[in-house]
Amino acid sequence: MTEDVTRFGNFGGRFVPETLMAALDELSEAVAAAGADPTFQAELDELLRDYVGRPTPLYRARRLGDAAGGVVVYLKREDLNHTGAHKINNTLGQILLARRMGKSRIIAETGAGQHGVATATACALFGLECVVYMGAEDVRRQALNVYRMQLLGAEVRTVESGTRTLKDATNEALRDWVATVADTHYIIGSVVGPAPYPRLVRDLQAVIGRETRDQILEREGRLPAAVIACVGGGSNAMGIFHAFVGEPDVDLIGVEAAGEGLEGGRHAASLTAGRPGVLHGALSYLLQDANGQVAAAHSVSAGLDYPGVGPEHAYLKDAGLAHYDTVSDAQALSAFRELARLEGIIPALESSHAVAYLLEHGRRWVNRGPVVICLSGRGDKDVAEVAERTSHQQGSFESA
Amino acid sequence: MASASPTISSDIDPLAACFARMRSRGGRALIPYLTAGYPEPDRTAGLLDVLAEAGADVIELGVPFSDPVADGPTIQRASQRAIERGVTLRWTLETLRSFHARCDVPVVLFSYLNPVIDYGVDRFIADAADAGAAGVLITDLPAGADRDLERRLQDAPFSFIRLAAPTTPPARLLEIAATAQGFLYYVGRMGVTGARQELRQETLAEVAALRASVAVPVAVGFGVSTPAQAAAVARVADGVIIGSALIDALDDGGNAGVDELMRDLRTAIDSV
Repeated sequence: MTEDVTRFGNFGGRFVPETLMAALDELSEAVAAAGADPTFQAELDELLRDYVGRPTPLYRARRLGDAAGGVVVYLKREDLNHTGAHKINNTLGQILLARRMGKSRIIAETGAGQHGVATATACALFGLECVVYMGAEDVRRQALNVYRMQLLGAEVRTVESGTRTLKDATNEALRDWVATVADTHYIIGSVVGPAPYPRLVRDLQAVIGRETRDQILEREGRLPAAVIACVGGGSNAMGIFHAFVGEPDVDLIGVEAAGEGLEGGRHAASLTAGRPGVLHGALSYLLQDANGQVAAAHSVSAGLDYPGVGPEHAYLKDAGLAHYDTVSDAQALSAFRELARLEGIIPALESSHAVAYLLEHGRRWVNRGPVVICLSGRGDKDVAEVAERTSHQQGSFESA
Repeated sequence: MASASPTISSDIDPLAACFARMRSRGGRALIPYLTAGYPEPDRTAGLLDVLAEAGADVIELGVPFSDPVADGPTIQRASQRAIERGVTLRWTLETLRSFHARCDVPVVLFSYLNPVIDYGVDRFIADAADAGAAGVLITDLPAGADRDLERRLQDAPFSFIRLAAPTTPPARLLEIAATAQGFLYYVGRMGVTGARQELRQETLAEVAALRASVAVPVAVGFGVSTPAQAAAVARVADGVIIGSALIDALDDGGNAGVDELMRDLRTAIDSV
């Protein structure tokens, strides 16, 4: 039996309205043709080097390692990419595909705004029309990124339906695409959605793991003992994990948002607390109520505030190839400030979840080898939100 | 293939019988859509009766879902409200069962996949059949998405309704039509559901060509709103599906508004 390239084990697939099926086939063909064409990879590599600034450094974070109990810690500095996060790795690749398919208009969804900014940036670079859907709640808490997108020439459409966050922004982008598929390419920002998106986005983000592998071998002469990354949809995690999946001595750890705690239901921990279901075209772990309605997610981090997760993560979890755990809003906020003070690096609230996991559990790897954290983005976008929360919750924040 | 699958013939399949009857007298089927539990759960039974009495040949009963990506604002809002009022797939099946006990107008359940998966596919098939569903349509289960699941639905004692869209390539269209049961649901516009001022021009020619090349009856939905649009579609299709426009009529005029639009649609379709 041949491998079903739309699936990861039983997860993934293509559960979309019929109208989109032809476009997904067209995209799959474009991906295959690009993969067989060395000029595509050469063009992308040049952009990643000269425009994005790759390779990103693998930085030995000594003071953070000491604070985590004396473990050797490296940060993969995706925050140093142009536009401030790993998202640009994916959008540039997909823009090149869109051009090959002759699409003149680009749409995207965004949560924290980092994918929206990365999409708007790529569209500006290639002179393509760009529309970004963003939930009203995220427009509020990520106002800086809204303005950045507008500066870059994108139209930001505020989504007022449902939970007014990333889930509903994705719904609206899909609805736009159903109507405009002939001339429009939808740049999905994570390893979610119908096939071929989860594989496509993973392969475009896999540059993170390839570089990390080379860099850690050069620095330490060995593979890392653990790789830790935050997981919302899961693109930075899949990107850094991919080079290490199946390595028996490398712990792959995805950190989900426990929000205000798993017990109360105000969280975004799909893999930890959800069960398999279909949302946005793929079968994966999903937060849902007792009747199969998708439940509202919650996280202080807009980029993790999503009730689904990429289907390959669901597969890795069930196959025991990666481990998934959670970190609360309070822990992430504390790690946000900790990294700023210890290393002079202000991380995105998303990435702060991975840092918080290290601070909590880092002792496990003392004397076992280096630990790599994917620092997926920088935190400038979050400063206003954190400042507001800090002034509201001074006591709990100080004690955290 | 499952060996003991129930066969579907026009003798026992109410949808096949309905369309056969239509074709024999040159008529066209009027197929209204209603979101279960909208605007209030206790209104649904009465609304189903209004639809039947006003001349519905088939009724589509929508199972509300939190993330209906194929639907425009009208049905999104109706679904959201129904969910807030506690409407579930189980409740929808019970509502169907009691309607089926008092009226023989065939009902097609219109759902997204996740509530069905959550309910349990085998249990859903058994319970939907037991409740008297004439057909089941799952918006986000296109042909080839899950062959095993599709086969189980095709082997069920009701029709598994397929969708085709303007973007469906010709070879795929024929493949879908070959496995279609009951009728083929042709998406009449590029986009989500919703009332529209204008009918998409290419739709009529596409449907005429499709109907000439496939055996299964073809019904058209998405963006068909007014009696004039319904009449234009009826000239080329076996059935006309009206959804958002009826919900708008319900919002504006209650059951009487639905009855009035249904009768106008009936008259327009029958004049063809």
